[in-house]
Amino acid sequence: MKDWRYRLAEQRGTLLALAIFLFMFVVYVSKHPAGFTANVVQTAANKGVLLALVAMGQTMVVLSAGIDLSAGMIFIFTNCLGSYIIAGSTPMALLGVVGVLLAGLVCGALNGLIVIYGRLQPIVTTIATGSIYYGVALWLRPQPGNSDNFNSDIADFMTGRLPGGIPVSLVALFVVVLVVWLPFRRSAIGRAVYATGSSEVAAYMSGVPIARAKFWAYTLSGLLSAIGGLYLTFITYSGDASFASGGTYTLYSIAAVVLGGVSLFGGVGSAVGAIFGALAFRTIGDLLFVFDLDPLWQPLFQGVVLLLAVCVGAARLFQIRNRLDLFA
Amino acid sequence: MDVATPLFRMEAVSKRYGGVRALEEAELTVHAGRVHAVLGENGAGKSTLIKVMAGVVAPDKGRMTLEGREVVFPDPASAIAAGVVCIFQELSLIPDLSVADNIVISNPPKRFGLIDRRAQRRIAEQALARAGGEDIHPLAPVKDLPLSRRQIVEIAKALARDPRILILDEATSALTAADVTRVFAVLKRLRSEGLALLYISHRMHEIAELADECTVFRNGRNVATYLAGSKTDNEVVEMMIGREYSHVFPPKSPAKLSDKPPVLEVRKLSWGHRLRDISLTARAGEVVGLGGLDGQGQRELLLALFGVLMGVSGEILIDGKPTQVKSPRVAKSRKIGMALIPEDRKTEGLMLPMAVKANLSFAAMDRLCHWGVIDREAERKAVEDMIRLLAIRTDGLDVPVGSLSGGNQQKVVIAKWLMVSPRIILLNDPTRGIDVGTKQEIYQLLRKLAESGAAIIFYSTDYDELIGCCNRVLVLYDGTVKRTLVEDEITERALVASALNIATDQGEAGISPAANA
Repeated sequence: MKDWRYRLAEQRGTLLALAIFLFMFVVYVSKHPAGFTANVVQTAANKGVLLALVAMGQTMVVLSAGIDLSAGMIFIFTNCLGSYIIAGSTPMALLGVVGVLLAGLVCGALNGLIVIYGRLQPIVTTIATGSIYYGVALWLRPQPGNSDNFNSDIADFMTGRLPGGIPVSLVALFVVVLVVWLPFRRSAIGRAVYATGSSEVAAYMSGVPIARAKFWAYTLSGLLSAIGGLYLTFITYSGDASFASGGTYTLYSIAAVVLGGVSLFGGVGSAVGAIFGALAFRTIGDLLFVFDLDPLWQPLFQGVVLLLAVCVGAARLFQIRNRLDLFA
Repeated sequence: MDVATPLFRMEAVSKRYGGVRALEEAELTVHAGRVHAVLGENGAGKSTLIKVMAGVVAPDKGRMTLEGREVVFPDPASAIAAGVVCIFQELSLIPDLSVADNIVISNPPKRFGLIDRRAQRRIAEQALARAGGEDIHPLAPVKDLPLSRRQIVEIAKALARDPRILILDEATSALTAADVTRVFAVLKRLRSEGLALLYISHRMHEIAELADECTVFRNGRNVATYLAGSKTDNEVVEMMIGREYSHVFPPKSPAKLSDKPPVLEVRKLSWGHRLRDISLTARAGEVVGLGGLDGQGQRELLLALFGVLMGVSGEILIDGKPTQVKSPRVAKSRKIGMALIPEDRKTEGLMLPMAVKANLSFAAMDRLCHWGVIDREAERKAVEDMIRLLAIRTDGLDVPVGSLSGGNQQKVVIAKWLMVSPRIILLNDPTRGIDVGTKQEIYQLLRKLAESGAAIIFYSTDYDELIGCCNRVLVLYDGTVKRTLVEDEITERALVASALNIATDQGEAGISPAANA
């Protein structure tokens, strides 16, 4: 009978992120000149989904107590790749979509293999591989553009609306949660990722497959960033090897993950929370727009909101009785 | 139940760590349906024995057989798969996962490739019931449970793996008396179900109640195996002691210390249930030892004195005046003058990649500064004095401290604190893992510091050191001082007996005739 309380406690971070997002979104919509219309929601959804997908990928790695600084670069790389191979007839273009996803998987798997077998620190590894992925992107698209026979039908559908005004991008995000996150969360590998992130020593002593857990965390991270890159291609119809954009998405994905209640020490949190964190983070920027403030304030404002949200999560430190635990 | 063929055998297993022999040609035979107790003092090789059996460390030599077939366990997972399951003293639970998640961690039940939560819940509830933990909610996160409940979850987790050999390493150390009774009922039932239990404990009355046979380890070797109940406590203590090496200790100060005023006085110090009502005094020139088995609260006591723990109750008096020690920064201030030589020099004592000079001057930094700028000349001079005083062997002041030998690293840790000229020196097992030569230099140094007026509190897991260095020894058991041994009372026999919390005859004359028979 106390079950629901434990389940609720487990979702506290996610629910907090949802509450922050809803609050901001309600304020945003109510101040928006057009109000709560399908157009406003569609635009917000398409923008938000990009960061949400990269943040989901980041969550996988952060849960294992690692970090993926190449997430934004995989996002940019797959965007550039997509602008080439999502082309021709619809079946051909769909094949291209599969190709983009595979490329993301390979990038992620490479990260994982280097971290596990190279025994390098995740930060350095993913800075280096991220730079490589960006290099490939730049080689593919020295200038922004797309292929001559870019298939915009798929792109238009994926960024459009269903009858009833529901944005397809939100449906797609939901499908990703259903097909990637929920099975992961309930699989033995997912459990192993949480265990490894929570206490690698205890996981090892319990016979948990640590190497396999890390491998899948990085690989799925690559896949999810690639889905994000795919969406960027759908929205912009083109590929753009923008270094600034890649770096921004990497850092914002970490912010979204923290806002979503995922612990940077690993083992705690959910990708659903990270999605709400990402949507909330995106809405902060839009708020300035509806309040008619100078967009130059955006970074400052975003920073303040992020700090406030993170402080809420740090409240547990008041319970510590051995000061050495503060550094553990 | 066939007792004649052993379930598990370990033959001529050896393991060395660097130059230290942890196991030397160790033998162990375990039968199904019996409880086999393993005894031995600190560093006798018990924990290495378990780690070898559980696949945590690979032995250098020797073989293990399970039901007559040779087995090799390269990692814990393969030991678990073979049915050798260990409940470790340092808990192997994953703090952020729920109780049920933890219980099935190594082999979760699956349905359509995903974890079957209902089956998991059922397994967890059954395992908790078998382990006597019906009151623990399967969905509770492990990090929210008190230590005694976690220990029950550990046992439940082990049972959920259907072990054939269950190894319990100090599994009852965190339990209350009521819990112990419940766990014992469980263990006895498991024995009657045909499991082999390997039981490592320092609590003699528990072994007497539970064990069918016992093996005593000393210096990495099994020195005796006997049927439980066939030896007296005295004989067991006799088998456990008798170290092979002896150190050279400087003579203790002949001067009477009891008339000197105490520098440090502690009254009724408590911290949670890890430290209970500890009182002690240390006078100038005195070396007060902390004895007892590892993990009875000695480390926590030193941390509490040094201001690391929060929520400590009781009184600390420095020079007779009640004093609040709120942090290590306060502890080392001139008014208090306390120093702590920590247990793990690599993480708590040194910044390994930094230079010897920098490491030496950290604690005394504010004395070497003028207006916030380090006086480099004064620093160099102070550091050179220390290196000379302690005869630290280093290629200059600017090499990384990590490049020195273990013994010299430890000297750097000690020297760092001597630079603040402390009046109260707390040492947490300072000679662990260093060579004999350096150990002797450290003993000399301790004596010299005491003679120059410092009060020293010295925790050591090596009984010889306590005997050779200390004026008094407080023996801790379960977070309290069980016994205080003064001067001539400090013998290995008395230390071992009081560490195990058993009453034996005092002094050497007390060896019972049966022991010689």
